[in-house]
Amino acid sequence: MPKGLEALAALKGRWAALSDRASLDHPAINVPAGDLLAVLRALRDEHGFDMLTDISGVDWALGAHPRFTVVYHVFSTQSHEYIRIAVGCADDAAPEVPSATGLWPGADWHEREAFDMYGVRFTGHPDLRRILMWDGYPHFPLRKDFPLAGIETDLPDAEVVAETGTNAIAAPMMGGPFVASTGEMNMTDAEPRAKDESWTERRPKPGAK
Amino acid sequence: MPAEYAFPDSAAKTAAGEFETERMSLSMGPSHPSTHGVLRIQLELDGEVVTKADPVIGYLHRGDEKIAENMTYNQFVPYTDRLDYLAPLANNMAYAIAVEKLAKLEVPPRCQATRVITAEMARISAHLLGLGAFGIDVGAWSVFMYSFEEREKLYRLFEELTGARFTTSYARIGGSARDVPEGWTGRVVAFCDQFLPILEEILNLLTRNKIFVDRTVGVGVISGRDAIAYGLTGPNLRGSGVALDLRKDKPYSGYEQYEFDVPVGTKGDGYDRYLVRGEEMRQSVRIIKQAIAKFPSGPWYAQDARRIFAPPKDKVLTSMEELIQNFMIVTEGPQMPAGEVYFEAENPKGALGFYIVSKGGGVPWRLKIRAPSFCNLSILPKVCVGAMVSDVVSILGSLDFVMGECDR
Repeated sequence: MPKGLEALAALKGRWAALSDRASLDHPAINVPAGDLLAVLRALRDEHGFDMLTDISGVDWALGAHPRFTVVYHVFSTQSHEYIRIAVGCADDAAPEVPSATGLWPGADWHEREAFDMYGVRFTGHPDLRRILMWDGYPHFPLRKDFPLAGIETDLPDAEVVAETGTNAIAAPMMGGPFVASTGEMNMTDAEPRAKDESWTERRPKPGAK
Repeated sequence: MPAEYAFPDSAAKTAAGEFETERMSLSMGPSHPSTHGVLRIQLELDGEVVTKADPVIGYLHRGDEKIAENMTYNQFVPYTDRLDYLAPLANNMAYAIAVEKLAKLEVPPRCQATRVITAEMARISAHLLGLGAFGIDVGAWSVFMYSFEEREKLYRLFEELTGARFTTSYARIGGSARDVPEGWTGRVVAFCDQFLPILEEILNLLTRNKIFVDRTVGVGVISGRDAIAYGLTGPNLRGSGVALDLRKDKPYSGYEQYEFDVPVGTKGDGYDRYLVRGEEMRQSVRIIKQAIAKFPSGPWYAQDARRIFAPPKDKVLTSMEELIQNFMIVTEGPQMPAGEVYFEAENPKGALGFYIVSKGGGVPWRLKIRAPSFCNLSILPKVCVGAMVSDVVSILGSLDFVMGECDR
């Protein structure tokens, strides 16, 4: 029996709230936020999953519950297997998950990125601030309600904004990335096209400063 | 002495009679030659010693993951070129394999071998640039010249195979963009044969170079424990003595058929990381030669990939069925089953991972890119503290990162 499945069976014996997660490849498990750190610690110390390879946020769309899930991938440098751990955030408006920085210092940047992109707060993180976007950026870009073109915002430097009157301008959708819509529809609707055609290079964006 | 030039007694000396030092803040980058792109490190210095280092990243953030959610699986292949743009062939392959896992698709042996050859050529090309830039960082210009000549030869081979020198977009989900041209494998072997002696020459410029040794031995020491705790991968992890190579330990694309060694360091300093990269190039040549020696014939894209892989162009132009199939794939995208996969490939910089969440259809719901350079750089605040400012340059060179991948 692979080490990953063995580890998950042992974990499920200890914590009743864990449940199997559908997966196409690696063993996967759903963990409530309260048990997360204990489960990760047990995986690291007792089952040899000593490397945290990735932390990723997922937005399941506006109105879904839980709307945000944080997915951890841990790897064993001994048995060379992965385990996927998913934590649903109970609060859809202010998602929160305990921070794994105490277990792996490498979790620091991954958690900052998930916070930056999805607004998930990692409680206990020593320095939770934006990492890819600039400090003071008002949006969470990977949320599903954030448009692909972006939203016009102030530049990071207030002095530059005051002096030049310029902003970070959203990209026009004309000629931008196209997307094919999926699902039941006629062929004309399914053709790839820019999702947001409300404004183009010729038609200015409504409400732009 | 005029009064204004006299040393102020009270401010400059402490009670013990020593000069007081003041912490200085220094912003290194984002456009500093040693930061290999646009990395900024906010340093706090005590004299010339670093007391705190805070990397500021994101200058090259293009929102690749957002873009991926808004286009079909096939359309995203060219975007993977722009992650680690020094090894686009390896990125293409990692992405293609991740999606193939989702589609439960097996590519034929000929395609696997082509991918292995191109990925190893990309590794040589990336490591050559890494060495050249590392050399410049610590004051050795000529390495760069020699290594770029070799990269030029590789670029010519890439151009012949893919039609592009830099952004190759060669891999396709379920195959490759085109088959290997006539005589190309022979030219790759010829390159390998002439490359090995030149590689020795290039490495000889550094390996026993007094200045290079002085600036890298014992600088930026990372213990194996720390390397694992911070999620380091690739040569940076192996330089710290951890023999983890996904090609060996979690083989994909037929790597299990080839014989090669995994070099590891002993001390985990910049010099060890350099030695590991040098040896990896020799091993890459070994792999390429084995792959070409038993280069399989047969199809070069999966025959059961009809719902994913665009049909050959000549068929599209002459046959109705293929034309319709091509139209469907271009408009709706390849139809994928719902589910989640995570795949990591051993890229030149480390483990490049793709976590794909699919709800079915032709567009991924979520595509997370686990960038090795991002994880490798996260150890900077730890490894820079206590180093001199000039050592920071050497540490950055030895970590060999690419900001396109780090910022995505």
